[in-house]
Amino acid sequence: MNISRRYMMILLPAAAVAWKYVEAGTPEASPNYQMSEHWWGMLINIPKCIGCGNCVRACQTENDVPDGNFRTWVERYHVTDTNMTSPEVISPDGGKEGFPVAEEDAGKYFFVPKMCNHCADSPCTQVCPVGATFISPDGVVLVDQKYCLGCGYCVQACPYGCRYLHPTKHVADKCTLCYHRITQGLTTACCEACPTGARQLADLKNPNDPIHEFLKTHPVQVLKPQMATGAKAYYFGLDGSVR
Amino acid sequence: MKDAGHLFRFAGLFVVAFLVFLVVRGYVVPKTFGQYGHYRGAAIGEIAQRPVKFSGHETCESCHSDIADTKTKGAHAHVNCEACHGALFQRMPAPAQPKGNLYERFVALIVPPPPPDAPILRHADDPASVTPTKPDTLVLCARCHTASAAKPKGFPQVDPTQHMGGVPCETCHNPHSPAMGSDATASPATGGAK
Repeated sequence: MNISRRYMMILLPAAAVAWKYVEAGTPEASPNYQMSEHWWGMLINIPKCIGCGNCVRACQTENDVPDGNFRTWVERYHVTDTNMTSPEVISPDGGKEGFPVAEEDAGKYFFVPKMCNHCADSPCTQVCPVGATFISPDGVVLVDQKYCLGCGYCVQACPYGCRYLHPTKHVADKCTLCYHRITQGLTTACCEACPTGARQLADLKNPNDPIHEFLKTHPVQVLKPQMATGAKAYYFGLDGSVR
Repeated sequence: MKDAGHLFRFAGLFVVAFLVFLVVRGYVVPKTFGQYGHYRGAAIGEIAQRPVKFSGHETCESCHSDIADTKTKGAHAHVNCEACHGALFQRMPAPAQPKGNLYERFVALIVPPPPPDAPILRHADDPASVTPTKPDTLVLCARCHTASAAKPKGFPQVDPTQHMGGVPCETCHNPHSPAMGSDATASPATGGAK
């Protein structure tokens, strides 16, 4: 076969393109963990939370969260009997060192641990201009720190305020649901450190996970359901005053 | 028909330019971009590689089974080890990073990549060199058990100043099985901690 110089000029780059796709190959095989077999969420049992701050400290330790930023934090609500619609909410340093002692009064107090809701229809991933944040096939909202530009659109888009710009890495950072742990069969650092079991990692695709029994037998709610984010942080005992 | 040759040459130019675009694109778009969606598929694996610091209570119990036995009988049965003891680890010096190919090095000049995670040596990996510190029960126990109207009513709470007046909690309570006199045979909370 005779290949002219002109054909060669066309064929070589075409071959180069084809080779790049051959090289990209098939997805990396993970022997023990199959993403398609999991769909992660979290169950938060508000009546069990004592506001000790263990989860906040554990998260900061496990994930090197810089001081002043939080992947999870705890809020204390105080609903007074005179103004039921505007609760007083405090979260000193994210509740990391606990809360000041509360005096008994006619109102009610409760703690609300907050974190990324790992929404199935997350508003934060939709606004990323470069595809640096995404929902993994197992339902965890993650940030590719090598690809993130640090523009902060996602930080603004999250209706729950769960993202921040990392002060030294200058990229968006957030709860990974301890992805490095749950893919090894461990629970998240916050769940591991919670002394009362107020937090529970939930695998919504695993029929043996006790979450299924709990969801069937208990009324649960998600935060800001009107936003239709498909949030997967399920709250048991959530008060209507929680924003 | 002779003039149509100009059009073919022009079209050829477009074809060449398109191929050049594809070649450049092939190099600048990461290999795994689009593997699962509009993002770099390899990022999932990179995030999963981050070091684990909390080993999990199962790991602790595989050696400290005596403490685990004590705990199962008491009120703290469902409080995991690291809820009180914290994650026992130390950071190791980071190894040199691979420089990557020419393109990656060029990009790193413009956008420096985030620093790598420092490798972690856990107590579970090397119990001799990573040793625990004994928690101060006056601080530790008070975090959960200081009386406050905000806490659930059924949760055991005390006013620390009235309850023991500065005496460390472990003087009377074994933190692993806290009820007083409930289990005289319980292992004390020593376990090699300093």
